[in-house]
Amino acid sequence: MTEINPKAAPGKNQAKGLDSPLRRSWVKLRRNKAALVGGTMILIYAACALLAPVLFSGNPSAPNLAKSLDPPSIDQLLGTDELGRSILGRIIHGSQISLLIAVGVVSFGLILGVPLGLVSGYYGGKIDFGLQRLTDMLLAFPGFLLALALVAILGVGLKNTVISIGISMVPIYIRLVRGCVLSVREEIYVEAARASGTRDRVILLKHILPNVMVPITVQTSLGMGTAILFAAGLGFLGIGVQPPTPEWGAMLGSARVYIFNAPHAATFPGIAIFLAVLSFNLLGDGLRDALDPRFKL
Amino acid sequence: MKASPAPLLAVQDLRTRFHTLDGVVNAVDGVDFDIHRGETVGLVGESGCGKTVTALSILQLLRRPPAEIQGRILFRGQNLLELDGEEIRKIRGQAISMIFQEPMTSLNPVLTIGDQISEGSRVHEGLTRQKAWHWAVEMLRRVQIPDPDARAREYPHKLSGGMRQRAMIAMALSCNPQLILADEPTTALDVTIQAQIMDLMLRLKEEVATAVVLITHDLGIIAEMASRVVVMYAGKVMEEAPVKNLFKDPRHPYTRGLLGSVPVIGRKVQTGRRLREIPGVVPSLLRMPQGCRFHPRCPEAKNICREQEPSMVSLGEHRRVNCWLEIENPEKEAPAPGQGGME
Amino acid sequence: MALLEVQNLKKYFPVKKGILSRTIGFVRAVDRVSFSIEQGETLGLVGESGCGKTTVGRAILRLIEPTSGQVRFNGRDLLGLDRETLRRVRASLQIIFQDPYSSLNPRMNVGQIIAEPIRNHLEISSAEIKERVAHLMEKVGLHPEQMSRYPHEFSGGQRQRIGIARALALNPLLIICDEPVSALDVSIQAQVINLLAQLQEQMNLSYLFIAHDLSVVEHISNRVAVMYLGNIVELANDQELYRNPLHPYTQALLSAVPIPDPEVQKKRIILQGDVPSPLNPPTGCAFHPRCQKREDICWLKEPEFRVLGGDHWVACHLN
Repeated sequence: MTEINPKAAPGKNQAKGLDSPLRRSWVKLRRNKAALVGGTMILIYAACALLAPVLFSGNPSAPNLAKSLDPPSIDQLLGTDELGRSILGRIIHGSQISLLIAVGVVSFGLILGVPLGLVSGYYGGKIDFGLQRLTDMLLAFPGFLLALALVAILGVGLKNTVISIGISMVPIYIRLVRGCVLSVREEIYVEAARASGTRDRVILLKHILPNVMVPITVQTSLGMGTAILFAAGLGFLGIGVQPPTPEWGAMLGSARVYIFNAPHAATFPGIAIFLAVLSFNLLGDGLRDALDPRFKL
Repeated sequence: MKASPAPLLAVQDLRTRFHTLDGVVNAVDGVDFDIHRGETVGLVGESGCGKTVTALSILQLLRRPPAEIQGRILFRGQNLLELDGEEIRKIRGQAISMIFQEPMTSLNPVLTIGDQISEGSRVHEGLTRQKAWHWAVEMLRRVQIPDPDARAREYPHKLSGGMRQRAMIAMALSCNPQLILADEPTTALDVTIQAQIMDLMLRLKEEVATAVVLITHDLGIIAEMASRVVVMYAGKVMEEAPVKNLFKDPRHPYTRGLLGSVPVIGRKVQTGRRLREIPGVVPSLLRMPQGCRFHPRCPEAKNICREQEPSMVSLGEHRRVNCWLEIENPEKEAPAPGQGGME
Repeated sequence: MALLEVQNLKKYFPVKKGILSRTIGFVRAVDRVSFSIEQGETLGLVGESGCGKTTVGRAILRLIEPTSGQVRFNGRDLLGLDRETLRRVRASLQIIFQDPYSSLNPRMNVGQIIAEPIRNHLEISSAEIKERVAHLMEKVGLHPEQMSRYPHEFSGGQRQRIGIARALALNPLLIICDEPVSALDVSIQAQVINLLAQLQEQMNLSYLFIAHDLSVVEHISNRVAVMYLGNIVELANDQELYRNPLHPYTQALLSAVPIPDPEVQKKRIILQGDVPSPLNPPTGCAFHPRCQKREDICWLKEPEFRVLGGDHWVACHLN
């Protein structure tokens, strides 16, 4: 009997099979400072979203014209907007809206885009051909314009914002997943699974999907940032989330005319948007590096 | 082959380390050997033994950091490790050239073959573009590529694997180097093409009298082409011997194991269907075993092998072994390779 | 009746060109290949790149669909089976792959990898599966405690053992070994070759051993078939092939193999030219452009694959 000596790099958690690809990715992610910054900011936003009523009691949309456009002060850390409402309070409540939109949009993309991409990539043929031409059409529009066009059809408001941006995200997922499936499909271990008698459906779920999760995860993080940005854009133009709901883009839009005499009213919502999108991008980039299966052999 | 008194290349106590996130990897850990004009020395070992890193260290083709090279590499009496960037560049391709393993990836896909071969003579010998091109075509003819004029104008992807390797050999020879480092020059080729290349290399050796360090894991190629063999394992030299002695009377258990584990056509009639195997795996270079680095896999390991690293024992001219067994009973008769199983 | 009988197996790949992907020709990757394997026997299939040996292996399993021919395994013609029946028959006909690094799913642990075939075909409890996996790991020389580890934690040779364990999981009758040792170090090659031989004895397995290394093939096989450009040019039992090669290509191949013995002076037959591409095969005998003994008939007519006494088959006009 030959002596066995697994040629593994030294590590702490190998005893119980804990050196899974997932764990290695986590370790790599932790080392990435930019990703940590992004991740922390997202957690802060999430905390604001969940704890909004606690952090800022009272109705963030209740007007108080006496205090209109007050600059930042001890009372109002970020000042007030044109209707006298606390900008800080509205930003905190707005994080609920923005994260809701982000999650809603990527859910659309995931639920519709991933299965379609899997089927399209694995089976090919006429389904693939038809679906890809459809995707081509949708992707011919720049993302924001597509969302814009859909809002024109569906109407304004929170629900339609999520649907429009969501639909514009679906072809991106389809393309991404399909591309990944095409390459994973050719891997030897997939062939080995077929030789072992594994059914196609099971191959898709147990072999292909886990290996496709990497670009999906990265895209989801980046997509959330994009969703917030697009929603803000629609809100800014007045065709997204409608007032008085505190959406950052809408806040930016209504404060636009006051930019010279009361810059704080537009600046702070703008910073909120910027930081949110930035953190999702940083996290997404960090995930891309961490999940990259460059095993140190 | 009469050895001239001073070796062309003398590698002395070469230590090449890599600083990685997981620790220090001692890829080459105290290697010496030398080579004289016109000789072919084989550097044999399996993956991780450090043979390629040795070659790259000689030409200093490793990035420093993360690589760190210590020791002396005396070429024509001069220590290459003391030369600066410009001086070593003059040596590369001219006095010492290298043939790489994968002809597919070692040739630049966007330059014609002719351009790549002439580069050396243009840079090192200052030939004009035209003269260098003619020389390149001449080199292609030398390596027996049919219709060399037309071939020189083609791009690498148009050539087959065998042709590309010939082109690489042409490139290596173009400036009449005194030493060629050939890193697994035929491993990626089909066996009949390999035979062509080996035939070519033997013929060129007669014409040109260049010294060759032939790096390979294939013992058959070594038997045919090398006059002397250095066996490496996990960064160290385990044995060195003239080729006939190595195959007839291998002294190191690793060499014996290696020779026994290679299937040879026709041999199983005598030795049966079971190959002599070396148990276990090559140790990770990050976690080298204590004592002799081969001991965990050695069937003849003794207590001292587990505790202390052996020192090299000289058995004659260009004949040495790095093993406690030689130090303890030097007259022991070594069993012939390939006899019977190991268990 | 032989365990595996292959008759006139063909696999042609269409070559498409142009915007409308018109088929302008065929790559004859496998062109009328016939052979048989008995229970407990190893047939070696050897050849250089482009000869089609890998395609033969995949076509027998229908991982690539053959263009035509017959593949009878244990009495049943595999090419006529529907997908579900084929799936079940595949339990007895398994494959080991060349590349130990890409033949294992990096996101599954070893236990899951080996258990997959078992789960696909048998309805047994998880505990029983675990037991079987442990038993298989021991059989191939791995420690069962490492069941929960991932492929990247193992060396190339060990990964190949995992692949072997996976192939053995359902007690197959025949295993197609597609270059199983080519990517391994020499000393590890010996371990795996010995393991395969040992398993064959223990389990009365048959192997179709596909490789380009003639020494390895000769060592492990009972009979050897030599392929060139999609055809089998010679087939004989191992000693016969080595002592009395009839086809000029076999002769050249044998003479090209470097022998690890410096005393042996080899008279080499050096073939001219390169291994041709199956896209543009020569007329008549595919080997004739490189053959030193060729005659006129060789480029006019394709030679037949015939038996010449004592189960030695050749496809050559000169015999």
